[in-house]
Amino acid sequence: MRQVRDVAVVAFAQTRHTGHDTGASEPELILPVLEEVRAQTGLRRFDFTCSGSCDYLAGAPFSFVSALDALGAWPPISESHVEMDAAWALYEAWVRLQHGDADTALVYGFGKSSMGDLRAIMTLQLDPYYLAPLGLDQLSYAALQASALGASRDELDRIVRRSRTAGRENPYALDLPADEDGGFLVEPLKAHDVAPVTDGAAAVVLAAGDRAGELATRPAFIRGIAHRIEPHYLGMRDLARSASAADAARAAGVGKGPVEVAELHAQFSHEEIILREALELPADTVVNPSGGPLAANPVMATGLIRIGEAARRILDGSASRTVAHAAGGPCLQHNLVAVLEA
Amino acid sequence: MTSEPLVADHVLEFPGGYTRSTGPVIGRFLTELRDGRVVGVKTAGGRVLVPPLEYDPATGEPVTGEWVEVGPAGTVTAWAWVHEPRKEHPLDRPFAWALIRMDGADTALVHAVDAGNPKAMRPGLRVRPRWKTDREGGITDIACFVPEVTMIVSPTRAEYRIRASASLTRFLEGIRDGVFRGGRCAACDKVYVPIRVSCPECGNVIGEEVELPGTGTVTTFAINNLPDPRAPEVPFISAYILLDGADIPMIALVGGVPAHEVRQGMRVRAEWAPAEERTPSMSSVKWFTPTGEPDVEL
Repeated sequence: MRQVRDVAVVAFAQTRHTGHDTGASEPELILPVLEEVRAQTGLRRFDFTCSGSCDYLAGAPFSFVSALDALGAWPPISESHVEMDAAWALYEAWVRLQHGDADTALVYGFGKSSMGDLRAIMTLQLDPYYLAPLGLDQLSYAALQASALGASRDELDRIVRRSRTAGRENPYALDLPADEDGGFLVEPLKAHDVAPVTDGAAAVVLAAGDRAGELATRPAFIRGIAHRIEPHYLGMRDLARSASAADAARAAGVGKGPVEVAELHAQFSHEEIILREALELPADTVVNPSGGPLAANPVMATGLIRIGEAARRILDGSASRTVAHAAGGPCLQHNLVAVLEA
Repeated sequence: MTSEPLVADHVLEFPGGYTRSTGPVIGRFLTELRDGRVVGVKTAGGRVLVPPLEYDPATGEPVTGEWVEVGPAGTVTAWAWVHEPRKEHPLDRPFAWALIRMDGADTALVHAVDAGNPKAMRPGLRVRPRWKTDREGGITDIACFVPEVTMIVSPTRAEYRIRASASLTRFLEGIRDGVFRGGRCAACDKVYVPIRVSCPECGNVIGEEVELPGTGTVTTFAINNLPDPRAPEVPFISAYILLDGADIPMIALVGGVPAHEVRQGMRVRAEWAPAEERTPSMSSVKWFTPTGEPDVEL
């Protein structure tokens, strides 16, 4: 990958995520995190703005347009949106900054999955001919992948325990009991293998070239970023591994140096096992010190938060090289990997 | 000012559903499904895609126009068990989602398997489609898959009339009267209960009848978890009980005590049905129940 301009994360903010609907409208949810990154950078206007969200979460067409109310989009701003996790909004902003005529970008994502039934809403993303008519829900296809992987119950429980314990230390994540033993929901997955229903939002500011050093004392430079996708239909892939995550990791250059921290967008415990292998993470890499999606999963912001959490550890000086991962589609169909360095 | 949150229901729906064109490849597959056949399409590399796609997912090249019928059986490669079906699911009872590689196909089909219980599922399981009667050209024309036949159930039942022997009649009349009758072998001095005609050890005819008390000791026992019409509850305990004065134990139920407390050497006594309800049948002894005496060394 030939990189034209240095682009860095210079600010990151997220809501204190909740496991229930607090009644905050989407603009009300976004506004505090926008104010926070404005305060961190001193910027009120950005050369480019891009957001990621899913209208099906609110069940309202063009709800992302209403969310612009939180921005103050007058006089007109240069703005775009992806109907994807906001990690892909960050990718679009990164590409936009490569053009050279824009130096700063605001990226945000938000989601309130408390309002609907996420298992059923996620069926709507499936192909309408072969999968959606079966009523194949999110948990069911995730369980199929867990079955194909054949992960041990002990390993899954360890991942959940570690994630929830880390989440309890993270003021932004939910406080979930570290040990919980329920029955199978869709075997082999149990309730605690599943990321919790969460409402929340997050924002990141990107800056290119000299602007990065002006806006942050220790910018988190994006040294590599790539996303790859594989066939949608589950039966056309080897569900036990993620070829697209492995390709994205190679393209982003994950293996070119040590990885102190990796923030992985694993919404089910078994996905972490698949992703660790795909990214070829060294054994000493600390995975999801924030608790990861198993401790807070504001859908459509969760992937962006992985990038924000990985960047935060560069920004605050606690790490020099970190990796972030975001996923979309059923069973890790689409994967984005970013490498961040001081 | 209101203190309660204002909450309302909201439904997002396109009434009647969207119409979607199928294109030639998916359309062919769905048409064949309506006729009760599963077909796949060949890629330029010779792989058979089921369900068929317009483009080879491996290369992005258009698939060939060559169609092959696959199945009717297939092999489960992975499965997940749904303990509580949702209203959108194809079955209203617990079932498995499965990746099914149809015979002759190189890819797997996602569908439901009506297997009854998760123990019936395993990778490699052979399954076949259960077709809907009224098919419309959709993936749900296959109602679900079902395992191939590898097992049948053979009901076995025969009816008899049994007439009790003279010795058994004598014993059961004792039960009706609230006593256990045994017999003593004059040659070896062993006491058998129930009463019997001859001594199974030395072969002598048994002449002497003895009455035994309704107390005894558990020598061994089994915890039964399958229901039995002769037992009052599940789990129930069937035990060997050595009546005081007898040399061989008899089988009876033990009750009135939690199953996990029953032990070898436990002292028990017969709990009789009320006298007016007793018949010449072992059901006149409800069960044996602990006496509370100290255990006996066996």
